[in-house]
Amino acid sequence: MLSSLHLALPPAPLLFAQLLVGLINGAFYAMLSLGLAVIFGLLNIINFTHGAQYMLGAFCAWFLLNWAGIGYWPALIIAPLAVTLVGVIIERVLLRRIAGLDHLYGLLLTFGLALVIEGVFRQAYGSSGQPYTVPPVLQGTVSLGFMFLPIYRAWVIVASLFVCLTTWFVIERTRLGAYLRAATENPVLVQSFGINVPRMVTLTYGAGAGLAALAGVLAAPIYQVSPLMGSSIITVVFAVVVIGGMGSILGAIVSGFVLGLIEGLTKVFYPQASNTVIFVIMAIVLLVKPGGLFGRTA
Amino acid sequence: MKKTAFWTAALIALALAAPFFIYPIFLMRALCMALFACAFNLLVGYVGLLSFGHAAFFGGAAYIAAHTIKVWGFPPVLGLLSAVAVAAVLGLVFGYLAIRRQGIYFAMITLAFAQMVFFFCLQAKFTGGEDGIQGVPRGYLFGVIDLSHSLTMYYFVLAVFLIGFGLIVRTINSPFGQVMKAIRENEPRALSLGYHTDRYKLLAFVLSAALAGLAGATKALVFQFASLTDVDWTMSGEVVLMTLLGGIGTIAGPIVGAFLLIGMETYLAQAGSWVTVIEGSIFVLCVLAFRRGIVGVVAGWFSPAAARGEDDAIAPSEAPRYEEAPPERVVEPQGPHPLS
Repeated sequence: MLSSLHLALPPAPLLFAQLLVGLINGAFYAMLSLGLAVIFGLLNIINFTHGAQYMLGAFCAWFLLNWAGIGYWPALIIAPLAVTLVGVIIERVLLRRIAGLDHLYGLLLTFGLALVIEGVFRQAYGSSGQPYTVPPVLQGTVSLGFMFLPIYRAWVIVASLFVCLTTWFVIERTRLGAYLRAATENPVLVQSFGINVPRMVTLTYGAGAGLAALAGVLAAPIYQVSPLMGSSIITVVFAVVVIGGMGSILGAIVSGFVLGLIEGLTKVFYPQASNTVIFVIMAIVLLVKPGGLFGRTA
Repeated sequence: MKKTAFWTAALIALALAAPFFIYPIFLMRALCMALFACAFNLLVGYVGLLSFGHAAFFGGAAYIAAHTIKVWGFPPVLGLLSAVAVAAVLGLVFGYLAIRRQGIYFAMITLAFAQMVFFFCLQAKFTGGEDGIQGVPRGYLFGVIDLSHSLTMYYFVLAVFLIGFGLIVRTINSPFGQVMKAIRENEPRALSLGYHTDRYKLLAFVLSAALAGLAGATKALVFQFASLTDVDWTMSGEVVLMTLLGGIGTIAGPIVGAFLLIGMETYLAQAGSWVTVIEGSIFVLCVLAFRRGIVGVVAGWFSPAAARGEDDAIAPSEAPRYEEAPPERVVEPQGPHPLS
């Protein structure tokens, strides 16, 4: 039947390799949309700078390696911390000032910031990417019988799942997460209980930026470290967030992975549509369930 | 009224004389972008909907115009009209889906739709992919006037701009425009008065898309090519910046913003990526300290009424800080539970 549909079905190793690429993309979509969902949930701002913060994380890892000789494993900790600091400064200096206004101004401000950051890096490093080598421990491939699995790719999937589930756990199951969720619903009341809401907001934005940077470090050996890496992925991530439901953590994680897989599958069977399939799904979801798959319907 | 008529006449006289002092190609580019910004401002300033995907209409129409004129041999006006028609249909489809949400959700949805159009234009055969459609002939207007001379083309573009701009001004000052403003200020009240707000919003969206398409098609004719830059989401961002800089919700603001921005880009063309940095900085500064835009601030100097309180041009409602009670966003539908 499949042959009568004139679908080019590649041999199994190629099919699974493409699915693996889809899963990897999905892992990054999940991590990035997770950060966006966290920031949107608490600050009600679409953080357009998220792509730039992702790029900053990757470049930070590259700087650490090429200027300070610091390798991948320390970079996994240092880069997100550095970008978290940048995020804290952004929130404190810029976003705080427009907190009372319509949320669209936050979108415009972060969009402008993204332009500034990417413009500076593009001026310094051009549009092409800098290479970043896979750390020695994670090099090589493992044969699974039906396909070859690069060890670094497996590490990325495991790491991103760990990061996503940890974040979900912190927000949903810990006291800090409860404070965050309460502050989203009624900041005045929560503040009257003695909890420092403004500081929590600042740290949340910083944490979201740090998540993006962590994704950037993980991405550095796979995709090139390029000033354009943020803007090329951010619009897809926005679509993922809309599909999952804009403030929903679980929605972001699940949608990210699933949509990455769907994109990979589309590339196998109908490559011309692989760029737009996520947006088409978004249009369908909006028709059927405007609040997103995991959000509550409007 | 007399003052407006005087200023309008003066500006038109200036525009008629301008190509003898300023490089016509620059003027034409600025006029096209000004029309684009005015069309965008119709949606954001008067209906209150910030679309982040207007480049889809601008660039899509550019491709249609380029293709019909170059490949199918349409005369210029027919090419422009077919491009506008396609942009309007696109606006109808996108608008119908996007109107279901408001505010930030609306912006995100329009952005995603614009990306769809971008990838379609990247891959479709008739758009020429990375090269775009080049060598579009300017043709003969109505069969007689040769548009390949810059001066003649300039007056044609000026005429197109004045038609589009006149349409926008007429729309704003009509009963339809009043309903749009009512929807922006308080949609539930407009609903309770019996207006089908969705239909009005959709009509405004289609109008805005069609005029953006007119701007894009004219631009394709001026520069004689259509390319992926016209449908890129950075083009959507540029038109937002022009309108914000000039003044959202003002009539002349988008024109001022467009001329300033195109002027800056032309002047700094050698600076490469620094242009992006400067544009981003202007964005940040405008949002932080300059939300009324240039025309908004200037109007405030001349008229205390205009300066009354529009520090928040997108949504004039009182939005308190989070130290106070959380805002009762009557207009926004109850979204998904945050962080659930």
